[in-house]
Amino acid sequence: MSRIATRFAELRAANRAGLVTFVTAGDPTLELSLNIVCGLPAAGADVIEIGMPFTDPMADGPAIQAAGLRALAAGTTMVKTLALVRAFRAGDNATPIVLMGYLNPVLAYGPDRFAADAAEAGVDGLILVDLPPEEEDELAPALAKNGLSLVRLATPTTDAARLPTVVGGAQGFVYYVAVAGVTGTKSAAIGSIESAVTRIKAATDLPVAVGFGIRDAASAAAIARVADAAVVGSAIVDVIANQLDADDLPAQVHGFVAELARGVRGARQG
Amino acid sequence: MAAPTLNTFRAGPDERGHFGPYGGRYVAETLMPLILEVEKAYEAAKRDPSFQAEFDHLARDYIGRPSPLYLAERLTEKFGGAKVYFKRDELNHTGAHKINNCLGQVLLARRMGKKRVIAETGAGQHGVATATVCALFGLQCTIYMGEVDVERQKPNVFRMKLLGAEVVPVTSGSRTLKDAMNEALRAWVSQVDDTFYVIGTVAGPHPYPAMVRDFQSVIGVEAREQMLEREGRLPDTLVACIGGGSNAMGLFHPFLDDSTVAMVAVEAGGHGVETGQHAASLAGGKPGVLHGNKTYLLQDDDGQITEAHSISAGLDYPGIGPEHAWLHDIGRVQYVHATDQEALTAFQLCAKLEGIIPALEPAHALAHVTKLAPTLPKDHILLMNMCGRGDKDVFAVAEHLGVKL
Repeated sequence: MSRIATRFAELRAANRAGLVTFVTAGDPTLELSLNIVCGLPAAGADVIEIGMPFTDPMADGPAIQAAGLRALAAGTTMVKTLALVRAFRAGDNATPIVLMGYLNPVLAYGPDRFAADAAEAGVDGLILVDLPPEEEDELAPALAKNGLSLVRLATPTTDAARLPTVVGGAQGFVYYVAVAGVTGTKSAAIGSIESAVTRIKAATDLPVAVGFGIRDAASAAAIARVADAAVVGSAIVDVIANQLDADDLPAQVHGFVAELARGVRGARQG
Repeated sequence: MAAPTLNTFRAGPDERGHFGPYGGRYVAETLMPLILEVEKAYEAAKRDPSFQAEFDHLARDYIGRPSPLYLAERLTEKFGGAKVYFKRDELNHTGAHKINNCLGQVLLARRMGKKRVIAETGAGQHGVATATVCALFGLQCTIYMGEVDVERQKPNVFRMKLLGAEVVPVTSGSRTLKDAMNEALRAWVSQVDDTFYVIGTVAGPHPYPAMVRDFQSVIGVEAREQMLEREGRLPDTLVACIGGGSNAMGLFHPFLDDSTVAMVAVEAGGHGVETGQHAASLAGGKPGVLHGNKTYLLQDDDGQITEAHSISAGLDYPGIGPEHAWLHDIGRVQYVHATDQEALTAFQLCAKLEGIIPALEPAHALAHVTKLAPTLPKDHILLMNMCGRGDKDVFAVAEHLGVKL
């Protein structure tokens, strides 16, 4: 069983939702980024998403755009992103790692080479924002051959006619983007999220993680009551942006993640 | 590449929007249903004679079509070779070919019941044209423009405001055209219900490259008819400048299956392709994915998009339309480039000899004509698309020539 499937099975057994955290590789530097990522599981992250920085992140809001620019300015490349995962894996062989970003840097690296090197480094899955199922052919076979899950995204605009295309052949988990918008802007009403999750679950057996608009422990807890996992990105990246000069930057990030984890873990009790 | 064995070069794209390996629909899932809706609406509009009739009516009475076919006699004499004709799309309302496409897309937006239109702009020509057609129909209009371009194209910013549009300066990334397009896509994702995105060139996710080409093909359709009437035969060579490639595609597409017609598209060579400071995506880029389509892009080895440079803000973009990428690979169209300096020289030559101040974009095309025409016989007919006028560029050109206004 893959690390992703194992982790969601464990969560189901414990009757709790998972916390999925996002940070960008190399933000603000490769060294600090590695410290941050390595401490995430102990802080309570169940799945780790690592952003692959890109110059033109057309689906991201200001926070994650800025994180990508910091990472690129710090010299982050795909090789270094994969090295970061490899270094993390040396100390943690259980927490799933999902790389997230845009297609072009993956194409430039080469689909076959990328899939082989990512699997070897210890990556479990991939989320590519600008790769809809209709355009997967170029990449999907290489990922499948190397045991990597290509995680699909569903959104509020994914209607009943389109949902089967989105979840058909989906792997790992389905990422429900709760807001029609860019990352880090607004929140959706919990009622609409709950009905969307129900709709998706009727169409797939995979776990459903919900992201966009989760800013704190309370909003993470609200998601944890209705979905299999809550994804937090911009709010964590904001901690990095606000504490760039702090000596204890990784600890500050881990402190915030621990708060989120308490929210998620306590959500279904009482 | 091997010689093409196709029956036609005009059948593309396929149903998934691919021109050979290029094109496609590389967008966030949030936009996917909207793009599919635009495609469906466009396919229906294409088959509706009333849609074409409305386009034709406004093309004539509002844009001023057909644009004239003009024999540039003094340039022809100066070059001493091919007979040089201009297709004068610079005489259109708002001063460039851009409005052909804006008219078509805004008519489609109305047909779809959209109340709000967004667009990206570089130099401001597409923004002005979009704002103009929105004013005509009373639609709310928001234009995304890089902060750097807002600063260097102040007159166009004011024009857009006069026309009732909101101009949003984009402060992300390199703060130029590619970032304006990123921001327009972000805005579209955030306002999916009532908004239509008017893309300004033959790029972006399917159906935009084909749709923009179709609306711009009015240029080539007219030119073909006018040339047959004037010369009794087709032109031998077509020349057009190319950034994203909408004016070139509009001129070329109706001639693609005429094997006697050669076609040359001129990319912006900036300070010279060898310097790395240019906007020649075919000469200096490689295939990748950006802004919803796969095409040639200026990028580094790690797949990060690099900055384009051109004296012409309208050509200052690190990509090119996917149909051009395909026509390049199969060899149907020849792609060359002209530098900033060559364009500036051609700009002045055209003003002095023909009394036409061209935009800096077609000045690139003319720079190539300057090199090509003298090598051709006198009975060779060369047709260049004069796709925009230079009023917008006089300040920038004065600065480059060291003239203080």
